[in-house]
Amino acid sequence: MKEKLEQIRAAVESALKNADAMEALEDIRIKYMGKKGELTAVLKGMGKLSPDERPKIGALANEIRQKLEREIDERKTAIAAAIEAKKLEDEVIDVTMPGRKNDEGKLHPLTQVMNELKEIFMGMGFSVADGPEVEYDYYNFEALNIPKNHPARDTQDTFYIADNIVLRTQTSGMQVRVMEKTKPPIRIIAPGKVYRSDTQDATHSPVFHQIEGLVVDKNITMADLKGMLEMFVKKLYGEETRVRFRPHHFPFTEPSAEMDYSCFNCGGKGCGVCKGEGWIEILGCGMVHPKVLANCGIDPEEYTGFAFGIGLERIAMGKYSINDLRLFFENDLRFLEQF
Amino acid sequence: MKLPMSWLSDYTDIGGIDPKSYADRLTMTGSKVEGVENLGADIDKVVVGQVLTCEMHPDSDHLHVCTVDVGEGEPIQIVCGAPNVAAGQKVPVALNGASLPGGVKIKKGKLRGVLSNGMICSADELGIENSRLGYEPEYGILVLPDDAEIGGDVKDLFGLNENVVEFEITSNRPDCFSIIGLARETAASFKKPFSVHKPTFTEAGGDINDMIGIEIIDKDKCKRYSSRVVKNVKIAPSPKWMRERLEACGVRAINNIVDITNYVLLEYGQPMHAFDIRDLAGRRITVRRAGDGETIKTLDGQDRSLTSDDLVISDAERAVAVAGVMGGFNSEIKDDTTTVVFESAMFDAASVRLTAQRVGLRTEASSRYEKGLDYNNTVPALDRACELVQELCCGEIVTGMIDVMGNVEPPVEIKFRPDKINAFLGTDVSVEQMCDIFAALRIEVDMNSMTLYPPSFRPDLRAEADIAEEVARFYGYDRIPTTLMSGAATSGILTPEQRTERDIAAILTSQGMYEIYTYTFQSPSVLDKLNIPTDSPLREQVKITNPLGEDTSVMRTTMAGSMLQTLGRNFNYKNKSAKLFEIGRVYIPTEAGRLPDENPTLMIGMYGNVDFYDVKGAVEEIFERLHISDAEFERVTDNPVYHPGRTAGISIKGRRVGIIGEVHPSVARNFEIGTKAYMGELDFTAIFKAAKHDVKYRQLTRFPSVTRDFSIVVDKMTPVAAIEKVMKKAGGKLLSKLELSDVYTGKQIPSGKKSVMYKAEFKAPDRSLTGEEADNLHAKIVKNLGRELNAELR
Repeated sequence: MKEKLEQIRAAVESALKNADAMEALEDIRIKYMGKKGELTAVLKGMGKLSPDERPKIGALANEIRQKLEREIDERKTAIAAAIEAKKLEDEVIDVTMPGRKNDEGKLHPLTQVMNELKEIFMGMGFSVADGPEVEYDYYNFEALNIPKNHPARDTQDTFYIADNIVLRTQTSGMQVRVMEKTKPPIRIIAPGKVYRSDTQDATHSPVFHQIEGLVVDKNITMADLKGMLEMFVKKLYGEETRVRFRPHHFPFTEPSAEMDYSCFNCGGKGCGVCKGEGWIEILGCGMVHPKVLANCGIDPEEYTGFAFGIGLERIAMGKYSINDLRLFFENDLRFLEQF
Repeated sequence: MKLPMSWLSDYTDIGGIDPKSYADRLTMTGSKVEGVENLGADIDKVVVGQVLTCEMHPDSDHLHVCTVDVGEGEPIQIVCGAPNVAAGQKVPVALNGASLPGGVKIKKGKLRGVLSNGMICSADELGIENSRLGYEPEYGILVLPDDAEIGGDVKDLFGLNENVVEFEITSNRPDCFSIIGLARETAASFKKPFSVHKPTFTEAGGDINDMIGIEIIDKDKCKRYSSRVVKNVKIAPSPKWMRERLEACGVRAINNIVDITNYVLLEYGQPMHAFDIRDLAGRRITVRRAGDGETIKTLDGQDRSLTSDDLVISDAERAVAVAGVMGGFNSEIKDDTTTVVFESAMFDAASVRLTAQRVGLRTEASSRYEKGLDYNNTVPALDRACELVQELCCGEIVTGMIDVMGNVEPPVEIKFRPDKINAFLGTDVSVEQMCDIFAALRIEVDMNSMTLYPPSFRPDLRAEADIAEEVARFYGYDRIPTTLMSGAATSGILTPEQRTERDIAAILTSQGMYEIYTYTFQSPSVLDKLNIPTDSPLREQVKITNPLGEDTSVMRTTMAGSMLQTLGRNFNYKNKSAKLFEIGRVYIPTEAGRLPDENPTLMIGMYGNVDFYDVKGAVEEIFERLHISDAEFERVTDNPVYHPGRTAGISIKGRRVGIIGEVHPSVARNFEIGTKAYMGELDFTAIFKAAKHDVKYRQLTRFPSVTRDFSIVVDKMTPVAAIEKVMKKAGGKLLSKLELSDVYTGKQIPSGKKSVMYKAEFKAPDRSLTGEEADNLHAKIVKNLGRELNAELR
C-alpha cells in the first residue's frame, strides 16, 4: 500500500514536470485525484487495511494528496502567469500613434484673454457691467468732461449716428452709467466693443475692445489705484513683473497716468518687442475727475475713486505675438485653431 | 513738438544731462518723449580741411589730385572730381573710415592709379539742404567759410551736433507747445533755475497810430490783439543760428521776417502773423466775423469759403486772414516788402477749432489756438519779435504798440488744502515741498488765505484735483506708495446672463465649433445678398452719418451676413470645413434721437462634412444644458435666406426664438460659398429667459424598465415630431424614454411612405412594470398612431 502511494507520488511528480499547459495539469489531477483517479482508488481501498495500518497509511495518503494538490495549484498559477505574460506581450501597441480626440473647437483668442482678465478682476471683487455700443454723446463725451469742440475729441475720431448719438469711442461712458445707477462702494469692469473711424491696417481697426474699470468709495487714494493695478499686472504677467506710472492726460481723470509694465521678453533691458524701452504700455488710468463724480450725483467731497481702461487687442497681441490686428476679425480657421 | 536740446540753455541749465536721462525724466514728469534724434548721427569723421595744392590728374581730363591739410599730421592726398575745387579753399573732408548719410562709407583707395585718402564732399553728400545753408551752393564741392577751423568737426558748422527731443504734448498743455514752456517743465523736473529774459529794443520814432488802426468787433472770439509796425524792412535770409534752430524744429527757413514770426511761435508758443502794410486797404485792421459765403484766398493759394461763425482779420475792404488759421494770399510778405504789421493775438479756442475744421486747414497756428492760449503772452511775444528784428538788422520798430483787449476770463483761484491733497494721493508731501513745486510752475500761493493762483498760461489748472496732479507729477508718481484698498468689500460674480453666455460658448466649442469676432457694421447691400425683400423690417437700419465707406455704413439687423462673409472667406482660403459661432448683437432702431435696441444674438454657421442636423444638434445641446424642454421645431418655407425645404423655426411657448436651416443656394452663391452651408440664428435673451435655473432632483427608481420596439410605416411627409407627439400622449407617464432609431425609405417600403423605428422605454416609479402592461401600452400607441396618422405596423 505504502509502495503504491510512493509510486503514485513519483508518477505524479514526473508527470507534473512535463506538464506545460492547463489542460495537461487538469488531466493529471483527474487521472490521480479525480473520482476514479488512482490516488482516490487507494484511499477508497483503505477499508481493507488493518486498523493498525489504517491511520499510518491514511496519514501518508493525505499528506501525499495535499502535497500533490499544492504542487498542481502552484504549477497552475505559474502557467496562468506565463499565459498572461504571453498575452500581454501579444497585446503590445504602438503608443506613439496619435490619440483619438473629440474634435473640440476653441474660443476666440480675444475671448480667452478677456476671460482671463475678467477672472483676475472678479477675484479682486469686481463685477462685470455691460452697456450700449450705440451711445448718447452725453455718456461718451459730455458727462466725461469732454464738451463739444474739446480738442480731446480729435484723438478719438467718432462715428456719428445722429447729433446726440455716437458709436461709443471708449468704454469710459460706462463709468457714468454705473455711477448714475449704483451707490458706492462700486467696483466694476465693463468690457466691450468700441469704435473709431480709423482705416483698417495692421495696427488700427474701426472696431476694437476695451475693458473699463471703476472703483468708487470713501477714502480711495491714488496709492490704491497704484496698488490695485500693480496687483492686476502681476497676476497677468507674473510676480516678477514691474510697473511704472507716467503722468498723462485724460479729461475725465485727474491726476491721470499711463501704466507701463516691464517687457515680458527682455525683463526691462530693452529689446525689439519693447522697442528698446524696456517698458510696454498697457493701460490708461487716473483718479475719477470730481466733475464726473458730480455729474453722476456723487459728492466728490465725500467719495473718491479711480478708473482705468485697458485695450484688449493690445494685450492679446502681446501675449500671442500677433503682429496684425486684422487677423482677429478675419476669422481664418487656420488662425483660430492656434489658441 | 520738437525741442533742440541746445535751445534750452537760453532759459535753464541742463549741463551734464545726457539725452537719454533727459528723455526719461521728462517722460516721468508728464512730458512724454517720443524719441530723441541726433541730427548728425549719420555723419562721422568729416572734418574741415584746406586745399593746399590742386593739380590735374595725369590720367584723367576731369579729376584733380589735391593735397589737403586736415589739421592732423601730414597733409593728405585726395583725388577729387569736382570742377570747382581749387587751392586755398576750406572744404569738408571725409577721412578714411568716414560715414555719410545714406550709409555711405569712405575708404582710401586708388582712382586711376593715384592714391586717394578720403573725399572732399558736396552739400548733397553731407545731406545739407539749401534752407539750412541759407543759399544755393555752386555745383561741386561745398566751399566752407574762410574762418572755419582746420581739423574741426564739420557738423559744428551746420548745427548738426544737436539732439532734438520729440515730445507728445497732451491737449491740456498748450503752454508746452513752446520752447519756453518745455524749458519751464525741464527746470521744474531737474530742480534748476529758470528765467526768460525780458525782450528789449529801441523804438525808432514815428507813431504806430498814424500808420494803422485796429478794432475788435467780436470780443468773445478775439480776446486780445497786439500789434507793432516795422518800417524800412530789408527782406533777406535770416542768420545761420536762426535757420539752424528752425530747421531742427522741422520748420523751413524762408526769409528774416517770416523766420522771426516762426521763431517766436516756437519759442513763445504764440502764433504771429506779418502783413505787408501796402496790402491793408484803408490802413485798418478789423477783427470781425466773416459774412456768410465770404471768400478768401489763403497763403497756400486756395480759395476758402467762410461762414458767419468764422472770425477773420479784415482791412477796410476785405478779409486778409482767417483768424488763427492762415494768412491771406493778398497780404503776404514779399521780397520788396518795406513796412510790416506784426499781429500777436489771442483768439477763442473753440472758434478757431471749428473754423479750421470747416475750411479743412490745420496749421501750426490753429493747432495751438484751439487748445487755448494765454492772453498775457501776446505782448512778450510781440516784443521778442521786435527784439529779433533789431538783432537781425532787418528793420526799424515804429514807436508805440496797439494793444486791444477783448473779453477774457477772470483768473482762477483755487483753495489750497494740503491735507486734502495728501489724502487724495495717499501721500505725505510737506507743505514746503508743495510750495517749491508751485514756485517752479509759477503758481502763486497766498499762505494767509490758503489760496492758489495758477498762471494764465495754464488753462488746465482749474480745481484742486488739477493741483494734486501737479504735486504728484513733481513729487514723483513713482514715490506714491502702493496700497490695497480699505473699505467695504464687494463680491465679483458673473450675472446669470453672463454665465449663460459662457455656458453656451462652452457647449458649442465642445462640439467642434470655433468662436469668431465680426464687425457689427456692414454694407446695406449685405441684405440684398441675403435676398431680404425691400419691405422687410430688417431694412430699417441704424445708419452711420460719417462712415469710413459704404462697406461699414449701417449697423446690422441680422448676424447672418457677418457669418456668411466669414464662411465665404474660409471657403476661399480653402479650409475644407468650418464650424463657427458668435455671440454678438444686432441693432434695431427705435425712434429718432433715441438709442436702438441692441439684441444679443447667437449665430451658428457651418459647411463641410455637416448637414442640417449638426446645427439642430448643437441647438438641442444648448437647450438640454439650459433645461429648456419645451422648444418646438417646425418647418419654415418662406425665409428667403434659407432652403424652403430644410429650415426650421424654433419656438418656445409659442414665441419664435430662432431659426435654423440650410442656407439657400442662391444666398450661398452670393457669399461665394461653393458648397452647402448651414446656419442658425437665435435670440439670446429669449433663450436665457426660457432657461430653467432652479433644477430639482428627481428620485432615482430602483424598479426595472421594459423596452419595446416600434416599427411603423407612415406617409413620407409626416414629421417625426407628429409621431412622437402621438406616442408620448398615448404612452403617458409610464413612457419614460423615446428614442428614434431609424428612418428608412426604399425597397420594401411603398413609394410615398417611410419606415420609422423607435425604441421606447416604459417605467413606473413605484413598482416593476409587467410585460403585459408594456404590451398593452405598445398596442395603445400603435392604435393611436393608426387612427391619427394612418400609420401601419411593419
